[in-house]
Amino acid sequence: MGKLILDTLGQTLGNFFNTVALFLPHVLSMLVIFVAGFIVALILKVIVRRIFGIASFRKYCDSAGLTQMMRKAALPPPVDFLGQVVFWVIWIVFIVLGVDALGISAFREQISRFFMFLPQVFVAMLVLFIGLLVANFFSRATLLAATNANYRSARLLSSLVRLLIIVFFVTMALEQIGLGRRVVLIAFSLAFGALMLGTAIAFGLGGRDVARRVLERQFLHKEETAEKDEEISPL
Amino acid sequence: MAEETFLSDEFIRKLTAVGEVDILVGVPTFNNRGTIEQVVNAIQLGLVKYFPRERVVLVNPDGGSNDGTPEAVKNASIPDFRTLLSSRPLRTIHRVSTTYGGVDNRSSAWRIIMAAADLLRARACAVVSPDIESITPEWMEALVRPVYKEQFDLVTPIYHRHKYDGLLVKNIIAPIIRSIYGVKVREPVGGEFGFSGRLACHYMELDAWHEEFVRARTEIWLTTRAITDGFRLCQSFLGPKIRAPESSAQNIVATIQDTLGTLFRCMENQQSYWVSRTEPPQPVPVFGFEYSSGLEPRRINRKRMLAMFKNGVSQLTPILESILSAETLAKIQGISQQDEKHFRFPDELWVKTIYEFAASYHRSVINREHLLQALTPIYRGRIYSVVLESQRADAEQIEQRMEALSQEYEKLRPQLVGEWARKA
Repeated sequence: MGKLILDTLGQTLGNFFNTVALFLPHVLSMLVIFVAGFIVALILKVIVRRIFGIASFRKYCDSAGLTQMMRKAALPPPVDFLGQVVFWVIWIVFIVLGVDALGISAFREQISRFFMFLPQVFVAMLVLFIGLLVANFFSRATLLAATNANYRSARLLSSLVRLLIIVFFVTMALEQIGLGRRVVLIAFSLAFGALMLGTAIAFGLGGRDVARRVLERQFLHKEETAEKDEEISPL
Repeated sequence: MAEETFLSDEFIRKLTAVGEVDILVGVPTFNNRGTIEQVVNAIQLGLVKYFPRERVVLVNPDGGSNDGTPEAVKNASIPDFRTLLSSRPLRTIHRVSTTYGGVDNRSSAWRIIMAAADLLRARACAVVSPDIESITPEWMEALVRPVYKEQFDLVTPIYHRHKYDGLLVKNIIAPIIRSIYGVKVREPVGGEFGFSGRLACHYMELDAWHEEFVRARTEIWLTTRAITDGFRLCQSFLGPKIRAPESSAQNIVATIQDTLGTLFRCMENQQSYWVSRTEPPQPVPVFGFEYSSGLEPRRINRKRMLAMFKNGVSQLTPILESILSAETLAKIQGISQQDEKHFRFPDELWVKTIYEFAASYHRSVINREHLLQALTPIYRGRIYSVVLESQRADAEQIEQRMEALSQEYEKLRPQLVGEWARKA
């Protein structure tokens, strides 16, 4: 009996050690992939920062308002940000590959789905990035045009333009990664429609007199004063 | 021979038929039916009176007028010169018209005139705006004689103007050209110029005509290139400058964008000339008898001007923070709190502001068009201050104030050079 127990225990332990012995190389492979990935990601990060660190790219980012916009969003400058993105994307890919090296079938499917999903995430990120640039450019253009036309609420107008453009691009990005496609579209349509309807009702009914005064001030007054200002020629 | 591909075959044929000339006068037009006849007649009279023996051609590049301007140029005639002059024309004044694409493409008209001067080997040339109501035959002598007889290469105009006219030129452009390029030119953006055939050939050899900033305000580029390339400059007094009402209506935002955009780009392109320059500014000879007379008073909506300055400073703070130094911005914000009676925009602060805008433009801290738009409200504040200070000032006092401002620009020049070099 005792011998049987010992044999069973021995066999179990043997099986366990065999399994561990078979699994250990996978774990080691995973660790090696992790470390290699870290080093590769680090090297690529340095290369990217060197390539995009040239003065003309920095100047372009400054002139496009990208540096300022990222500073406002508490993000590092564009070149550093690009380096960080490259580093993390490469390392995550290596981490996923390392996990795959363990040979656990349950992970395999998830990993393949992850890789299938990756391009969409990239496109969505690109859409968001472009959206931020476009929003920043047009909100600044609106602010300047409205201020030079002597609108009192220029900043409000500019913020609204920024918000609308960002919402539009976020919707596009979410649609790209297939997240709540319909929900996002409906929510956007509802919010935009409600905003417009609310503004129309508030302006048309609630503030009828104010609306009249604002329109008079903006158009009638503007024509008169513009005419007067034109009497001195700057050149 | 300069590049001629942009000239139509028909135009070249007409020019060839004219042959070599001594004097060429260019009048670029676009829908100027109301004033063009008077301008062409004044040119004809001036040429007959002062240059009766010279071979002369009038070149009219037109931007595609639909009001019959080119026909008016062709048909403008003086039936009997004897009623106006003691002399009679000894030669035919040829007239050649052509069209160019793009109404706003001012440089195309300039380029056509330069190419024609080059092709016809003209010794002296003049360009006159088509919408000037105050032109007299004497303008021809004033613009052409310094080139034709005195061997100057570029003649810039001096006008007798209302004290509130041309404030952008007086407060920014002329003093910057004086302090940066070291030449005391009073009207570098005037619509009237005289230039030598030699200078026209030189301009035609330059490869900048397609550049956006040259197209926007060609006159500034022409003036600064003549300075940097070592041509002889002089100025001629023309008298009052009164433009047709529809032409004098200028959008201040667009004017600042075009004019300062061109000036800052010229500074950028020609920095090797001015950054290391240390000589004091040189005076430019002036031809003609300068006089002043009473001009019609101007109505200015000062309250609106100040309100737009205050609103602009408050609304645009986030943008101005990226253009101006903290100290300059704080001072501007400080003066924006002053009431309308005590409001003053000091010369020193104004010059610092302009130099910081120039340096920020150079290093493109934000989109360059946006940067220039952000200057407009500040310019309004400065103009309000100038108008307030010079309400009762006469021409001499105005002149003294302009001189003081120019000296301030010169005094702070090293600051711009430092900023410019540091931020390049």
